[in-house]
Amino acid sequence: MLKLLERLLKDKVATEAITFKEGEAMPYLPDGTVVTADIIKSRLGRSLHVRHLDAGSCNACDFEMGALSNPYYDLHRYGIHFDASPRHADLLMVTGVVTRNLAEALKRSYEAMPEPRLVMACGDCAINGGVYGESYAIVGPAEKVVPVDIYVPGCPPRPNVMMAGLIAAADMLAERL
Amino acid sequence: MELHIKEISVGELLSEAKAYSEGGRHPLTAMFGRDERSAGGGFAVYAVFEFPESRELRGLKAAVGESMSFPSLSHLIPAASWFEREIQDMFGLKAENHPDPRPLVLHENFPQGVHPLRKDAPKEIEFIEGKHTHMHTVSGEGTFQVPVGPIHAGIIEPGHFRFSQAGESMLQLDAKLFYTHRGLEKTMEGKTALEVLPIVERICGACTAANTWSYCQAVETAAGTAVPRRAEILRTLVLEIERITNHVGDLGNIPAGVGFSFAVSIGTRAKEMMMRLQDSLTGNRFLRGFFVPGGTARDFTAEDCARAAEVLREVEKNVLDLARIFAQQDGFQDRVRTTGIVRNKTARDLAMVGVGARASGYAHDSRADFGYGVYPELALKVVTENSGDVAARILVRIGELKESFRLAFALMEMLGREQGGHRTELGTPQGEAAGLSESARGSSFCYVAFDNEGRLDRIFVRSASYANWPALPIAVQGDIIPDFPLINKSFELCYACLDR
Ligand code: SF4
Repeated sequence: MLKLLERLLKDKVATEAITFKEGEAMPYLPDGTVVTADIIKSRLGRSLHVRHLDAGSCNACDFEMGALSNPYYDLHRYGIHFDASPRHADLLMVTGVVTRNLAEALKRSYEAMPEPRLVMACGDCAINGGVYGESYAIVGPAEKVVPVDIYVPGCPPRPNVMMAGLIAAADMLAERL
Repeated sequence: MELHIKEISVGELLSEAKAYSEGGRHPLTAMFGRDERSAGGGFAVYAVFEFPESRELRGLKAAVGESMSFPSLSHLIPAASWFEREIQDMFGLKAENHPDPRPLVLHENFPQGVHPLRKDAPKEIEFIEGKHTHMHTVSGEGTFQVPVGPIHAGIIEPGHFRFSQAGESMLQLDAKLFYTHRGLEKTMEGKTALEVLPIVERICGACTAANTWSYCQAVETAAGTAVPRRAEILRTLVLEIERITNHVGDLGNIPAGVGFSFAVSIGTRAKEMMMRLQDSLTGNRFLRGFFVPGGTARDFTAEDCARAAEVLREVEKNVLDLARIFAQQDGFQDRVRTTGIVRNKTARDLAMVGVGARASGYAHDSRADFGYGVYPELALKVVTENSGDVAARILVRIGELKESFRLAFALMEMLGREQGGHRTELGTPQGEAAGLSESARGSSFCYVAFDNEGRLDRIFVRSASYANWPALPIAVQGDIIPDFPLINKSFELCYACLDR
């Protein structure tokens, strides 16, 4: 059992980007339209699975992220969902400054994600350290540990601003698929 | 708040602490270390106790000599355990005979012999790889372990939980926390009282008002600054608003532990109403920027209060709805009753605070015990329950919400009658002082010590969550693992507040 777990942990990510062979028979619709990569892209344009990662926050960024699921914001209607595991996620939403004690968790969560993958630095701390600055317990902003694709400023960003960032990330993802 | 300090030698610590504690009659509020070598002193260990009968905080300050150690109080006062482990980590002072001397704040990536709160600690600290922290587990035939975290499935803060299981039953839980330790106390050293305010407000998002008020009390005492009465009313009001927001949020979050999404929707909607109210009253959804040493940054107009009253009435309706729904759902009651019990004796031994204490019949409430702000004029009712389970913690919150709505309306009326300013100039803080205020989770304590130039030499923040975290592993024992999320949510402890 332990051996198996160890192997699973070391295994590379199995999930692959979707690709097609030249001339491969593709699905078609009743009117004869062949489903091309472009159509997939346009249909998937609003699907984004998000894994949250608190890298050392004050929890206000995280509470606002939680608020996105309340009836006022209802993020799901944009095709954006929060995931339990980085293995199913398209976007890693990093809050807080990266602490010494969480740097490894951040790195490993990123490595566990399938390609294409995006990282959002959510909140001033994740972007540049915010009011926390530097200390013996702090590694630095998110991009010191993982590459960042989108920045959402604020301390914390308002839910609407977070939502704008997520919708933009969904579009970025569609372009990379 | 005045902090009466008695200076003793480390050899006297045990007997003096025993006398102060009087078998737990005076709860241990906090213990922390201090490095005064640069001012010609040495290391010291502080132990602060509450004396509610005289509304006093009394502290022992034990000078630590060459031995670089102090006797552990944990056998006598179980609440001392985590504080002592933290002192070991941060100052390298050994707690002799500590029952569980493992590191607490510093994880395995920290090199041995480096103690960050010493004044001469190195700036750059090496990153140690490949080491593991020892977790307490149960072994034996048929037992197994379930490791969870530090990253959890939901949008919650990080912590590692190690369950020792026999089938579904949790035999033991060991928690490794302090993942979000940002070294904030050290960051604040050497700065002025006003410079560190944005950091104090950002120790935790959920307890901004409470943490900041405690800090302001401490700083104002150190500076000898008296706060105008209007500011005291405003502060009391905002603290109650923060409590309502958090309690309502918890009522919407606890049912998520059993997948009761209808209740979750009602609760999260009501919480959003409160967040918007907080924003419109203070300019920040998390009340940041409102408390300032010397008073408050803003005043509330009659229109502000009218708007607030409207929202509060609406939220109150939602709370009453939720209370009814909870009471009527047998399936829900079945899950919350007799689940996650903390006995009264345990609550007292661990010097628990807030909802966690009060749900176990321990009426600990710093608003009643210390009467800061205008609480003495409000005839505060301290809500308690006796069963100590998840159900009791829900009922305490519902009872407290009703009380907080009453207080909020009374405070707004007071505001209408009270003229005068809401802010005075802060003097130069000197020496040491403390502050206490009651967050939604319980009392939040802050200690400050200033140098001769009015800069922070030491700040120690003991939030309510710090006091209550050690109770969680005890509460879960014997329950089944699917109940863990529910039990955990019923305490709703902050990690950020604890970790700092
Ligand atoms: S950006 Fe602000 S709100 Fe977000 S984690 Fe940092 S301090 Fe907290």
